[in-house]
Amino acid sequence: MVVRRRPQRAHRFTESPVLQLALQGWRSRTVGLLLMGAFLALVARGFYLQVINNDFLQEKGDSRYRRDIEVSASRGKIMDRHGDMLAVSTPMKSIWAIPGDARTMDAPQKKQLAALLEVGVRELDGKIAADKTFAFIKRQVPPETAERIALAKFPGIHQEKEYRRYYPTGEMTAHIVGFTGVDDKGLEGVELAFQNSLLGHPGNRTVIRDRRGSIVEDVGSIKPPQDGKDVHLAMDSKIQYLAYSQLKNAVESNKAKAGGAIVIDARTGEILALANWPTYNPNNRQNLSGAQLRNRAITDTFEPGSVMKPFTAALALEKGKVRFDTVINCAPGRLTIGSATIADAHPHGALTVAQVIQKSSNIGTVKIALGFPPQELWEMFDSVGFGQAPNLGFPGEVNGRLRPWKSWRPIEQATMSYGHGIAVSLVQLARAYTVFARDGELVPLSLTRLEGTPVHGVPVFSPHTAREVRAMLEMAVQPEGTAPKARVPGYRVGGKTGTAYKVEGGVYAKKYVASFVGLAPISDPRLVVAVMIDEPSAGAHYGGDVAGPVFSQIMGGALRTIGVAPDAPLQVAAATPAKERM
Amino acid sequence: MRLNMILLLVVVICALGLVTSQHRARKLFQGLEGEQEKARQLEVEYGQLQLEMSTWATHPRIEKIARDRLRMVMPGAAPRAPLAAARPLARKDGR
Repeated sequence: MVVRRRPQRAHRFTESPVLQLALQGWRSRTVGLLLMGAFLALVARGFYLQVINNDFLQEKGDSRYRRDIEVSASRGKIMDRHGDMLAVSTPMKSIWAIPGDARTMDAPQKKQLAALLEVGVRELDGKIAADKTFAFIKRQVPPETAERIALAKFPGIHQEKEYRRYYPTGEMTAHIVGFTGVDDKGLEGVELAFQNSLLGHPGNRTVIRDRRGSIVEDVGSIKPPQDGKDVHLAMDSKIQYLAYSQLKNAVESNKAKAGGAIVIDARTGEILALANWPTYNPNNRQNLSGAQLRNRAITDTFEPGSVMKPFTAALALEKGKVRFDTVINCAPGRLTIGSATIADAHPHGALTVAQVIQKSSNIGTVKIALGFPPQELWEMFDSVGFGQAPNLGFPGEVNGRLRPWKSWRPIEQATMSYGHGIAVSLVQLARAYTVFARDGELVPLSLTRLEGTPVHGVPVFSPHTAREVRAMLEMAVQPEGTAPKARVPGYRVGGKTGTAYKVEGGVYAKKYVASFVGLAPISDPRLVVAVMIDEPSAGAHYGGDVAGPVFSQIMGGALRTIGVAPDAPLQVAAATPAKERM
Repeated sequence: MRLNMILLLVVVICALGLVTSQHRARKLFQGLEGEQEKARQLEVEYGQLQLEMSTWATHPRIEKIARDRLRMVMPGAAPRAPLAAARPLARKDGR
């Protein structure tokens, strides 16, 4: 059965009776205008944001995903001539806090943090109690500890990367290498002298980070970081150790106040070793005293004494005033000039020029020196580098004291010829002796390793004079000379002792500076070693007894280290048993 | 009408291609970044190892071990001779 419930006819939509109603035209137009107006407002706003004021939005957008990051650069290493590390930087973390946030830590957290940082809880409390927005909790924290602190997520505790400088060789090389401050800036020694090339320049880059914080894209320009350049010193750490340990032994056994030793390669002018005592540990610089910090070999001057005599003799030989075997009467061991009297430690009779040097006669030297006008003596001293800084580029180099010749009195000229009334540093003295090692040429010294380029010096004496002086220097270490203890088994060496009174308050005190400067092997000199011991007070005070043995140990070890063939006849080596320490 | 549909398809394909290639570029970049970070860390570790090595190899330590533990001594002058002159007498260098 079919039920017809609604028999009406369906309307089509357009025929809907509602639409058949007549509307007032203004209503539709008003709505249309309103909509159009709203649309225009949107367009205008869009135009304003996108075109006119887009910097602001761009910046807001950038701040959400763009980051400028600094790329850190490390400080260059300092190495010795064979690449052994002398100073290395490794990354560390500094732990800092925003005190306001950090105070929200509860007691167990504080305790944990204090334990990790190895500081007291009270100290920690004190640091975060400060009314500041930034406070260092601890600097130079090892990366592993910093990692654990980061994992524990303490509130208000943050980290910053920094570097710490380590000096594996410690006090042995402290004076030459120097050290840096906490901000990685060189404060002393080579660290200061080569600050510009050692320093790294951090770079920066702009990146886009994603939601998880990882970098997804580089935008903008990248400035790559520039790591500091490594510095290769001329130093040979083996020879340095030898010089350091021998010097230390000598200073201690002679109960001296201080000491210095230098080893120079005569062929190149490179400083192979430079040691001072007392010294300090650059890794731990608490309780440092000025005496420990002083690099005596470079920054301190002293009256050298007899080590200057060979220069006087060389000048006389050069000018033809005397010959190697000219006889000079040194009796009776005293000589009066004006109101002053010069004496020899041991009176001698007639000596040849060579014997004057061998036996270190003051009288003989003075008689040779008084044959010159002051100007010539001054010019010679000046040309071997006395009275002027050695130009190593090292902080605190001194000129020494060499007074202008015009104001010299005869007695001063006399004393200067044997090394009093003139002040020099040990490095100047060692450098001056290169003229005898190099056939009369003075070479510039170098702290850094030179790359095989032959070094040319400034000629001061003729090769003939240099050879004759070398022969005299060799005589001085023979049994008849002043320094038989300076001999080195297996090698022919030569050198000159110095025993000088110290000047204290303008007068000579009964305190001494014992020194020895020598070269070896005599047949073809390779090394110059200078040793200075300040105020030996355990009995012996002569240069030959105090500084001579140190010279012998350092020279012997250094020659073997660099592999110089022995040039002494074999039986000499066998006849002198050496009680040698390494 | 037909042409429009084809162009629309082409545009959609290009857009998807751009998205995937951008994604891949970022993935690769992250990989590179990770490797560079690793290289930096290795360099740091190398520096630390060098430091450690030179700390173990300081001359005072070597001398101490040589003397105390290994009981080594410096030879006197007599057994030391140049190689050419006396071959059987061990090494020229006592150290």
